[in-house]
Order: sequence, then C-alpha cells, then structure tokens
Amino acid sequence: QQQQQQQRYLESFDLLQKRHLLPPHPPKMENPEYGDRRNVNPELFCCTLNAIPETQSLLEKSRIPLGIHLHPFKELSEEELPVIYSGIILRCRSCRTYINPFVTLLDQRRWRCNVCFRVNEAPEDIDCDVSGGRFVPRAKRPDLRCAAVEYIAPSEYMMRAPQPTVLFFAFDISSTALQSGYLSVVCQCLKESLDSLPGDSRTLIGFLGFNSSLHFFNLKSKLSQPQTMVVSDVDDLFLPSPEGLLVNLKESRELVDSLLDQLPSLYDKNQAAFDPKSALGPALHSSFKLVSSYGGRITAFQCSLPSCGDGQLKARETSSDLSSKAKDVLYLNAMTDFYKQLALDCSGQQVAVDVFLLSSAYADLATTCCVSKYSSGCVYYYRNLNNATLAKFRTELKRYLTRPIGFEAVLRIRTTRGLSLHTFHGHCFVRSTDLLSLPNTNPDHGFTVQLVIEDSLKDVSNVCFQSALLYTTSRGERRIRIYTLVLPVTNKLRDLYGSANQHAVVALLSKMAVDRSLSSSVGAAREGFLSALLDVLAAYRRIHPGAQQSQRLIVPTSLSLLALRIHSLLQHRAFRLSGGIPVDERIFSMMLLKCLPVSDLLRYIYPSLYALHELSDEHCVPTKGGNAYSLPRLHLSAEQVSRTGAYLVDNGQALSVWIGKDVSSDFCLDVLDRPNFASLPELMTEFPELDTSQSKAIRDFVRQLQTRKSAFSPSLLIFREDSRFKSTFTQYLVDDRTDSSSSYYELLTN
Amino acid sequence: ENLIKFLEMWLEAGICIAVAILDIGLIFFMVWSIICFDELKTDFRNPVDLCNSLNPLVLPEYVIHVILCILLAVGHYWLTFLLNVPLLLYHAYRYSSRPRMSVHGLYDPTQVMNLSEMKKNQMEGWTKLIAYLVCFFFYLFNVLYVFLSAES
Repeated sequence: QQQQQQQRYLESFDLLQKRHLLPPHPPKMENPEYGDRRNVNPELFCCTLNAIPETQSLLEKSRIPLGIHLHPFKELSEEELPVIYSGIILRCRSCRTYINPFVTLLDQRRWRCNVCFRVNEAPEDIDCDVSGGRFVPRAKRPDLRCAAVEYIAPSEYMMRAPQPTVLFFAFDISSTALQSGYLSVVCQCLKESLDSLPGDSRTLIGFLGFNSSLHFFNLKSKLSQPQTMVVSDVDDLFLPSPEGLLVNLKESRELVDSLLDQLPSLYDKNQAAFDPKSALGPALHSSFKLVSSYGGRITAFQCSLPSCGDGQLKARETSSDLSSKAKDVLYLNAMTDFYKQLALDCSGQQVAVDVFLLSSAYADLATTCCVSKYSSGCVYYYRNLNNATLAKFRTELKRYLTRPIGFEAVLRIRTTRGLSLHTFHGHCFVRSTDLLSLPNTNPDHGFTVQLVIEDSLKDVSNVCFQSALLYTTSRGERRIRIYTLVLPVTNKLRDLYGSANQHAVVALLSKMAVDRSLSSSVGAAREGFLSALLDVLAAYRRIHPGAQQSQRLIVPTSLSLLALRIHSLLQHRAFRLSGGIPVDERIFSMMLLKCLPVSDLLRYIYPSLYALHELSDEHCVPTKGGNAYSLPRLHLSAEQVSRTGAYLVDNGQALSVWIGKDVSSDFCLDVLDRPNFASLPELMTEFPELDTSQSKAIRDFVRQLQTRKSAFSPSLLIFREDSRFKSTFTQYLVDDRTDSSSSYYELLTN
Repeated sequence: ENLIKFLEMWLEAGICIAVAILDIGLIFFMVWSIICFDELKTDFRNPVDLCNSLNPLVLPEYVIHVILCILLAVGHYWLTFLLNVPLLLYHAYRYSSRPRMSVHGLYDPTQVMNLSEMKKNQMEGWTKLIAYLVCFFFYLFNVLYVFLSAES
C-alpha cells in the first residue's frame, strides 16, 4: 500500500496547462499507514516529508525543507485521545521514550524500543488492563494501540504539588482606553464567564488597573465592598497590601461581581482626570510579583503606547512611513529587551502573559509582544472596536476565558538518533536542545521544529518522533500527552518528491520567512520564498525524465499547490512591501503565521472563497452537531467572481462578503431585506434574520464559519460592489495582477 | 646611559611578560566559554544561566585584548600587532551586531539555543582558543628571547 501511495504521488503534470488546481474542499493531510498500527492524526503531528531521506546531502538535493508541525494541546474527544488513569508508565530504560504502538514486542517479557533499539523488560502485568485488573491481550492496551495517548502522571513527574489556577487581569484605564469603551465589554464578558473559567474551587483571581499610576483592588472576602488602593510612584514599586490582592474566587465571589459591575463607571471618561499615560511595564511587573509564587496567567489589556515607568517606549513609526512606498519595512524588531527579560523571568516562575492590544495608534507591538512570545502567551490585536469587530472581540474573549488550558508545562520531542532539532517556531522558551518550557499551554497554539540530519540513517528503516507534553490541568491533575509519529526512511530522491506534504512545507516556509524578516528584512524574506520555490521546481526538473528540454513547467502532484500558496504569501499583509500597512498589523500577521496550527494557517495564507448565492440544501451535510454546509472553494481570482452573485472570503480573521451589481433582486429581498441592489447600504455587519430558507442557510453557514474551534472568530462585513470598501474584498483576489505584484500565471511563466 | 639601557631592557621584558600573562587570561576566558557551551549542549546548564555567566565576561575579554594590542604597539612589535588587528576588527564587528539587549554582552537566551547559533559560538570559541594558544607560545618564546639576549 505504501508503494501504491508513492506511485500515485509521483505523477506529475504541467503547471502551466492546468489552471484550476484548487480542490473544492480543504484537503486532508495524510500520515503513512503501517497496516493496523495507525500513525497519529496529521492535524496533531505531521512532517513536511512523509519519507525521511537517509542523508543530509540527499535532503539538500531535493531542496525541500524538513520540519515537523505539532499541535500539542488540541481539544480532542475521548475516542481520539484515550486517557490512561492508572498503571505504570512504561518507558525505555536508556532513552526514556514512552511505549507506543510501534515498539517491537519480543517474547512474553521483553520489548524493543523503536527509538534507541534497546531491549527492555516488560512488567508482569503487561497483559492486563491498565488498571491491573482483567486480562487484556497486550495488543489491545490503549498505549500500544493508539499513537496519541494521555497518562495521569504520578508524583515523580511533579516538581512541586499542583498549584491552584491563578488568573490575573490588568486593565488599561488611561483616557485613550476609556474613550474606546472596551472596559464595559470586558467586564461584562468576564462576569458572564466567571462560572466557566478554567479551574476548580481553589482558583485565585486578581485585578489591577493602570494609567500613570497603579490601582490595586483589595477583594478580601471579609470586606463588604472592593477597596481601591492607588500606588502613584511607578518607579519604586511596592505591593500595598500583603494579601487580598489575589483572592480565592469562590470565597470572594460577591466582591468580584460587584467590582466588575463598578469598574467601567469607576473610571468614567468624563469624571476621571485626563490621564493619557500608560504604565504597562510596572503593571506587568507588579502582577508578576503577585502571581510568581504560584505560577499562572496574567492577561493584560493595553490601549496605547506604554509611556511611563520601566519599559516605556517611544513612537517609532510616523505617518510618513505609512503613506510612502517604502523600500523596506522598518521597526520590526524590539526596541528594548525589558519585555523579553520580563518574559524570561515569568517563564522561570511558570507565569504566562497574554496581551490584548486594542489600539488604532502605534503601540509598538513589536516590543511588547516579546512578553508573550517567550512566556508562551498569546496576543490579540484589534485596531478599533466598531460594530463589526465588537462581536469578534466578544466571541474571542469568551473563548479565551473559557477554553481549557494547562499550566507548568514542558514539551519534549524525542527523535531517532541521527536527527537533531535545529530551530523551534512558536511561542515558547527553549530550555534545552529538545525541551520547550511552556508556562501555559492553550489549545490554539501550534509549534514547528526544523530538523537536520546529522548522521546517516542508512541502517534505520523507520524514524520515530515522539512528543511528550507534561502539564497540570486547571483542576490540579498532572498529565502527560504523548504523540508518536513514525515515518519510513528512503534513499531515493523520487520518493522524497512523492511523499512531500505540501501543506506542511508551505507552513514551514512561512514561519522561516517570518524569522528572516525579523533578522534581515522583508525583502530578503520575499526573495527567500521565490528561491525556495524555484529551487524545488528546478531540482525536480533535474530528476524528471524529459523535462529539461521542454518549455513546460513540470511539478509533482504532491507539490501542486505550492506555487499558488507561495504567490499568495507574497501578497500577504505580513510580507507585502507596498500598501502602507501599519507595523503593528504586520507584526500581528507575522505572529499569527508563527503560532497558528497548520489547518488554520493554511486558511490564513490562502483564504477560502465561496459563492454564497449558490448555497442551497444540496450543500447541507448532516453531522453530529446538526447540519453543516460544505460549499466548494474557488480560486481567488476575479474570473471566478461574477457580477450576478454574492461571494464570501474567509481567512480566519475576517469574513468579507461582496454583493455584485447585477445580483438578482430575489436574493436581495430574501437575504438582505432590501428590494434591490441600489437600496443596499454601503456596509452591513450582519445578515438580517429573515424567514426565507436562503437567509437561514446563509446565516447558518456564516455561524458555522464563525464558531469553529479556533482562537479567532472572524468578523463579518458585507458590502456592495461599488462601495469604498471594495478593496477589502479585492485585496484577497491574490491570483490576479495588482499594481504592485504580478498575477499567479505571470509568476509561473517567469 | 647605561641606566637608560637597563630601563629599556626591563621595559621590554615587562611588556613581553605582561602580554604573555594577558594572553593566559584570554585563554582562560575561552576555555570557560567552551565548557559553558558544552554544558548547554548536554543539558547541564540552561540558556538563562549561560547568558548570565558569559555575558559579563565579554567586554572584559575585549578590553584585555585591546590592552594587549596597545602594549604590543608600545613595544614596537609591529608584526605581532598586525596579526592581532584582524581579531580586533572581528571583536568590533561582533559587538556591534549583537542583539538588542540592556546588559553588556553578546548572548541572548532566546536565540542561543538555535543549533546554527550554537555551532557558530562553539566554532568561534575553539578558533579563538587555538589562536590565543599559538600566540601564547609565540609570546613565551619572545620573553625567553628577551631574557637570553639581555644576559648575553
């Protein structure tokens, strides 16, 4: 079956002839199969090459980058991830690999590790159920049957007793922040989610407000009202009260409720003195001091450039940088390492810092995002809180507050001897050559590792990768989540092309390009994309018989969409050179590229275009949770978009709906509640609730896109063909030529 | 006149000895740096500790090397001085292209674990160690030469 797969992949075709490559539905990645021993789900763990070359020189001949993508804390159901509650955890004696479905079971009492090939003793109860009870043949044990397994860890795996969940919130209450009105939205969402916050009865919670001084809130349960304590000297920090600033949520519940009710009006923009300064650095520092003995999570809401205290920043970007056709992008790197140092201190104490930036002015995200990058936190960025983004903010905040998270986590990746881990991508701190320190793991982060083949793999027939995530759940249970991926080794160049996983390759290339943009320049990253694509295609031409002489552009089927996606990346907001993209937005796009898991990343790179006017019952697919719609995707090109229809573009961050001029008036009436195209407003932010089947179908489809299990819920914008917002839609039609870039077809011919 | 000659000879000897001793100091710095990176690779030290122990030693090493070069120039050893100039330029380049940090040093804990960066640092450590060792034997030979020629 392996042969069959590779034969199929080795087919190649001429890219210039085939115009419509995009499969109608997002393709599923595949990991190689080994008979009845199933490899791990590729969405959890996948590799850019499904067959590993024997030597580094063979890999370099193919010019395909080698890396693995990992989604360690994805939310999985019980069938996908069996949890083993008791029993001994079997590990190899020498390399400490966990037992997995790919070990060789020798006779009754011994097993051979598949990473270091050492023979280990099996304990007596290997044939019993994991709880040591009934007789279960060893092949049926969950840890020998499933490649993704979770163990409950015994006390040897704990550095200290599991700590309670600690959540701390720091609010920006400077006058710019109060003008935006975010505080009332946040307090309302928090109040509604207090019961579903991660944690149990030991959860601790605390709040802090900062403008040019720090406002601490004493929430000790004995008090009747929350008490505010103001520290105005931010250069000489001290905590005003030894306790009461971080309290048990259950005991002080009424005080927390009343604080969340009062907070927006306490700092009403008319009443408070005009205080535009923001002391983000001292606020983070004091939050860290409060939380450091337990570890936990700090959530900081920021609305302006930090302008006083430690970590104050200057406005580097001016409006002239935005408008001119800049040769290159400036100010992508951090200005000071205060935030990076703070992140490292936090990481040492198992504290993660998440940042919500709600600012339309320049707030130097390049520097402040370092505090999340290295403490495994996440960053959310909203340019302004208008109607469209308000719903997005609410949904994303709710998911952020209620999603399951893990604390005090470390992630170790073990590979067969001969492979070594080169660079890590993702929000983490690399503590050792194969160990990542993650003070917080959340289900929406993905990590990528670039690999290097240091020794030849000639005498190895299968290479094994195992990732072990050791974490504490919010209920104080220590668990280990193991994913195992096994790939064959090959010494033929053709097999490498046949088994390349183009989705993983594009994801890896985009992360490498972000690194290159930060270390040298965006222009260098763009050249890197082009040279990567050209190298791969040129290397393939060299081995394909008959391709050298012809003018055709031969690509293997397994890499068919590579050029399309790379062309789209060149137009992406993160790497575009023209168009006056604000630096903060660019930094945020780059961060998304770095930390999204692979499937979300692919949608972000190459958005999905759907023909909304064609949505009908035949696209309805019954699933477990109700009806799901699956519309075919179209190429992102104007030739797919016709004036008589309505189209929707989804890139994970925003849904842009475009209504064509000649759209039928039935459609307008049924879906948009207007008699014809001319009466449509320029911009709408939601579909009106009408009783027609088409309206219902469209609203269900949109809701389905907005409630995916991902950190980001796209905002919805509907506009007419001739509105001034139409560039928001046409910017996504990346296959076409624009003023500053060539079309996809032109790229291929060059 | 004899006194001047005497002082000159002692000055020369002094410079030679000082140069040799400074070079021993540089060798120790390099050995310590190599040991630290090796411990990092084999997981006995974490990157934050590594940077905290190596960063304070970077500027002193450069300063010592500058003093060494000045002494060589003062003692009119032009050939050796010219041989040390590339290293001086390399130090200047390395320091100017360091990542943006508030402490004085070259190593950033978040980047030092990259395999390429680690290999570069190790290679630099070994090369400089060998260079300093070779120079040390040269300076030692010079010291002996000065003393022997003084005696004769």
